[in-house]
Amino acid sequence: MSRAANRALGGLRRLAGMAATLLVTSFLVFSSLYLAPGDPASFLVRGRSAGPAELAQIRRQYGFDQPFFVRYGHWLDGVLHGDFGRSYIFHQDVSSVIASRLPATLLLVGISALMIAVVGVAAGMVGALRRGTRTDSALMLLVTVGAAAPAFVAALLLRSVFGVKLGWFPTIGNGTGVLDRLHHVVLPALALSVTFMALVTRVTRTSMLDELRREHVEVALSRGTPRRTVIRRHVLRNALGPIVTVSALLISGMLVSTSIVETAFGMSGIGSLLVQSVNQLDFQVVQAIVLLVVAAFVVVNALVDLVHPLIDPRVAAAGSAR
Amino acid sequence: MALLEYEALSISLPGTARPVLDGIDLTVRAGEVVALVGESGSGKSVTARAALGLFPAGATVGGRVRVEGTDLVGADAAELRTVRTGTASMIFQDPRAGINPVRRIGDFLTEPLRLVHRWSRERANARALELLAAVGLPDPVRHLRQFPHELSGGMLQRVMIAGALTVEPRLLLCDEPTTALDVSTQAEIMAVLGRLQRERDLGLLLITHDIDLAAAACDRIYVMYAGRIVETATTAELFAAPRHPYTAGLLGSTPPLTAPEGPPARLIPIPGAPMGLLDSAPGCAFAARCRFAAPGLCDQSPPPLELHGTALVACHRADELVDAQPNTLMREDS
Amino acid sequence: MSAQIAGLTAAPGARLRALGGDWLQRLCLLFLVVFVLVAAFAPWLAPQDPTFGDLGAGLVGPGAGHLLGTDQGGHDTFSALLEGSRTSLVGPLAVVLFSTATGIAVGLFSAWRGGWTDTVLGRLLDVLFAFPALLVAILAVAVFGKGMTAPVIAMSIAYMPYTARLVRGLALQEQARPYVAAYQVQGHSGLFIAVRRLLPNIGPTVLAQSTVNFGYALLDLAALSFLGLGVQPPTPDWGAMINQSQDAVLQGQPLSAIVPAVAVVLVVVAFNVVGENLGDRLAGRDS
Repeated sequence: MSRAANRALGGLRRLAGMAATLLVTSFLVFSSLYLAPGDPASFLVRGRSAGPAELAQIRRQYGFDQPFFVRYGHWLDGVLHGDFGRSYIFHQDVSSVIASRLPATLLLVGISALMIAVVGVAAGMVGALRRGTRTDSALMLLVTVGAAAPAFVAALLLRSVFGVKLGWFPTIGNGTGVLDRLHHVVLPALALSVTFMALVTRVTRTSMLDELRREHVEVALSRGTPRRTVIRRHVLRNALGPIVTVSALLISGMLVSTSIVETAFGMSGIGSLLVQSVNQLDFQVVQAIVLLVVAAFVVVNALVDLVHPLIDPRVAAAGSAR
Repeated sequence: MALLEYEALSISLPGTARPVLDGIDLTVRAGEVVALVGESGSGKSVTARAALGLFPAGATVGGRVRVEGTDLVGADAAELRTVRTGTASMIFQDPRAGINPVRRIGDFLTEPLRLVHRWSRERANARALELLAAVGLPDPVRHLRQFPHELSGGMLQRVMIAGALTVEPRLLLCDEPTTALDVSTQAEIMAVLGRLQRERDLGLLLITHDIDLAAAACDRIYVMYAGRIVETATTAELFAAPRHPYTAGLLGSTPPLTAPEGPPARLIPIPGAPMGLLDSAPGCAFAARCRFAAPGLCDQSPPPLELHGTALVACHRADELVDAQPNTLMREDS
Repeated sequence: MSAQIAGLTAAPGARLRALGGDWLQRLCLLFLVVFVLVAAFAPWLAPQDPTFGDLGAGLVGPGAGHLLGTDQGGHDTFSALLEGSRTSLVGPLAVVLFSTATGIAVGLFSAWRGGWTDTVLGRLLDVLFAFPALLVAILAVAVFGKGMTAPVIAMSIAYMPYTARLVRGLALQEQARPYVAAYQVQGHSGLFIAVRRLLPNIGPTVLAQSTVNFGYALLDLAALSFLGLGVQPPTPDWGAMINQSQDAVLQGQPLSAIVPAVAVVLVVVAFNVVGENLGDRLAGRDS
């Protein structure tokens, strides 16, 4: 079989794996409703006064009188069409509740990811290239503390210092207009970044050190290639594989942490919506968000899997040999 | 002016008992093929790397290494680059480790031309194709687009050789160029190296642990032990009459290339193990393993490299031993 | 939150050790001992009842009456700090115990059975990896209501795959060693070999992983309480204390929030350093 066909087959296999993972995920999330004690219809309307007629209507709507797997099929069909049911709190479709809050969270996560990538990789490079120096030791101390500093602690400190004490940044809300929104998102994005910056720094440093030790680096230097070029073309380039794969694993943790950061900064977004919905017993919304977060993780990691052979051709070779 | 000249080169690392290199004197003239032979850990790779200004990190370096007159000890970045991209290049032991696995063969070959000499891609690629053909690879156009893992070890070592030749050096340093390869490929690679050396009139320093390989390829041989040169002579002389007990030991512990008449000679291993960087001896470093070591003589100050006949030998007892019958040194007891 | 990273990269602990020698490791170990002792004897150590809110004495600064001041509701911060250590010890401990026990069982089973059992279990573990522990905990609260029990159980499941995968890998390595074959030849059952011989050999490595997991579980549970979904006031808890002090922070009186925040970070740093040094040491012993 040709290499191209092999690669296509490998890609297809990965996509099939991703679909299977998503299917199991959706099943787990769907089933969670039935773990709740008591009648699922009453569970969905907890905390509100619902008459027998309304309960009967909910039972009909959700098909609670039908077999479990039929209901799952219906639900999955809906989810695949973007229908996550209705929120009894907002009296809206869950999908539109989520859609209205998605941009704020995407902005937060996007800015944060940018900070993590730039600062994390840069700090990791500095640590690796200055290995054993005081700079490196200080950086490693920061990494150890940073990896142990949860988003709510970072949020607390950033708000106290840059929000309340210095008054440089707003401490609450999303803001309106482009610049104001950006102004509002700086501290939350930083708070969200701290832990992950530390982890990316650590991965980058380790991975760069591994590559710096390789003989091909010495060969490149022996051929008169300038050190900076060697570091870019041979060290960082080769270290990229582990950096990207490990960073992709951080996505889910980052998405969940938006709930902490958005709550701490009183922002409106998917994360704060999740917490709010748990508090307001709006189970449909919780279910949808959980599913979206896990799906985002699975999809991103499947994409990274697909891209990995481009970053490291050896992976492609190992893949087609299997 | 010699092409490559070491003058009392010494390198020491912190935390070691003896210097990695201790007063190396070695010369390679233009078009000359010279071997540096020794066991692993004797310092021969460090010696070769020094010819490109690659010194171990944290090392203290003394003495001189001159390549076409440029001293690489204390050379600035520009001088180093001139030597590395114009005069000298090196072939490393393991091409799998020495060629970046995530970049294409073409990238490896053209990197110095494109990044240092600022050639255009087309010009550099044309040059790379020429070189791939010159080292005897069957399909240069395809190889240019391939990744290292797609080539066999022997093919990759040819790529490594082609890579060393991209900048048309006059000095080629070969650090165990065949050790990582299987036996049949070894001969091919040595043949390629020999042909290219003659065609281009290269000065060549072959680093090897294999004294017979050195004999087959080189005009002159330097023998190294524990960071010092212990003997140097022309290949013919060295084989006919090794003066240093260590050289004799090396010759006696490897099977002869051509079978002599009569029953096969016994191989005699050198007793003991090579000296590590954490060991040191007050006198001759080889004394502990030497059958001729004389108490009160060989454990005094290290022997200097002195002319005995036509060979330079560093042995306290060289005068006595030189009169011994040829091959006596190699016999089990004398 | 990010326990996966711990297993993937070399620990900075080794470098920190170079920074200050073994004293950092000892200091962290000592700190953890103090942490456990404080948690055990908190009710006797706390100078005041942290659940008692003296509304007349809200946001009092540090002083003789209140060593670390009070929060908005007039609760003594120092006493709350001491008593809040209990949930920070018990919750993560339960998560680590449950997840390690089930992880060992699943990992050994998977390695021992091999074949399609191993493949299917591996895929299922992959699915679980996609669920971050905090998210699973939040979902558990949505289903079962606020508190600690449901999230602890849910998080145990979320942390299980890390141990399971580690144990599976180690077990496969150990299985290849001659002593296992020797036992099999002597007619010992798989279970006997697993429990009597394998566990002691892989135990230290699993312990190192569990120590690091403890820190991350503590972060997740504290986050849950910070979100108001975990430990409920008036029960003192570090995460909940920070949550309760949000308004005070905005008023420029962050002390009652910073005290528990520092406590969380220090305890987690200590667990990470101890766990990773343990891992480093084991890695050093193997190589």
